[in-house]
Amino acid sequence: MFSISVFLESFGPLFWAARYTLLISVLGIGLGLVIGTLVCAARLSPYAWLRRSAMLWVSFLRGVPLLVQLLVFYYTLPVIGLDVPAMVAAVVTVGICASAYISEIWRGAIAALPRGQAEAAIAIGMTPRDIWTRVILPQAFNLSLPALINELILLVKASSLVSVVGILEITRASQAQAATTFRPLEVYIAAACIYLAINLCLAVLGRYLEHRTAI
Amino acid sequence: MDWSILQQYGPGLLSGFGNTILCWFLGTIFSMALGLVIALVQRYGSRWVGRIIQVYIEIIRGTPFLVQLFVLYYGGPLVGLRLDALPAGLLGLTIYGSPYFAEIFRSGFRAVSVGQIEAARAIGMSEPSIVRRILLPLGLVSSLPALVNFSIILTKETVILSIITVPELMYQVQRMSTETFRYLEANLVLALFFWALVETISNVGRWLEARVTKHLIERT
Repeated sequence: MFSISVFLESFGPLFWAARYTLLISVLGIGLGLVIGTLVCAARLSPYAWLRRSAMLWVSFLRGVPLLVQLLVFYYTLPVIGLDVPAMVAAVVTVGICASAYISEIWRGAIAALPRGQAEAAIAIGMTPRDIWTRVILPQAFNLSLPALINELILLVKASSLVSVVGILEITRASQAQAATTFRPLEVYIAAACIYLAINLCLAVLGRYLEHRTAI
Repeated sequence: MDWSILQQYGPGLLSGFGNTILCWFLGTIFSMALGLVIALVQRYGSRWVGRIIQVYIEIIRGTPFLVQLFVLYYGGPLVGLRLDALPAGLLGLTIYGSPYFAEIFRSGFRAVSVGQIEAARAIGMSEPSIVRRILLPLGLVSSLPALVNFSIILTKETVILSIITVPELMYQVQRMSTETFRYLEANLVLALFFWALVETISNVGRWLEARVTKHLIERT
């Protein structure tokens, strides 16, 4: 039956592993923001070939399961002669996958801004660069904050998949713990509790930001 | 690159493909059905039942699918729930998908204008027939895009079932690649396959959406 003491004891190693879950998710969303911004810029660019390749990028990354992307990327690296630690490969894959979703979040946020904003900026003679950096992007960022937090929640959950390539985050640590204690039920429920705690905190943050940015 | 391997492992891949489609199809149907029940209970059930369901929704949406599968498949036997990989995977997909579908249905029901339901009550329709003839048809039409969208997400989640040894496509491909050491080719083909599958489903979804909402566009 369910043993409370095993359940409580498994929190120790899992908390330690939670740092890696958080690290992968936060670095992943950081990288995703950088690439996603570039992809979004490509989608809004005047050149058709850029727009088309950005669309292909988004469609591919959203159409292929993350687990498959992870393995493709993991096995491609040695072929092209790159020898990076599994951790780097995992963060890069998670970041690339997130970039597709983040570019769509950006696109939606930019489309949601009233056209009058950009037109007014043109009318008072701002340069295109100023229009983007001072008018459109800051507002789009505020608008997209709740969606970005949501994406981070998705990444925390998706990061459980990098356990497959051997990174000791919560899921991998709980597998090891379950193997040594022979109590998978308690250990995996403990892992679920940690994920739930992280995601509930993020959800509260998201709700706060949504409330704050609501006009 | 050597593609001839695909011929040798054809039968295994084919059965894996069948299992993937089976898991996706049944998983979508079951979780959609459970989601619909949850949404209806939340709408018509008592406040306490609604709260318990809300906790269920938060728990399932706040934890990774992989961990849920581990709890179910490896933890289940400790409380007497012994399932083979495939049924466990299907049950896992059903549990995982249901809260998302429930939320989709809930917002779909909310999109049905109150006036329609009040009008139905005013002409003396019974509550069950209001659900059957007003709430469901109108709510389903408005939630169709989100339903298609989430069933696409479920397609991609089926590969996670391979980790608990459900013999679906990903599992077969991994088995093939560990026997032949063709990891990259195998996974690339798998990626292209899923890309094609997801694009196909989303095109079918778009077509379905256009068909179902045709009458709305023509009148406005």
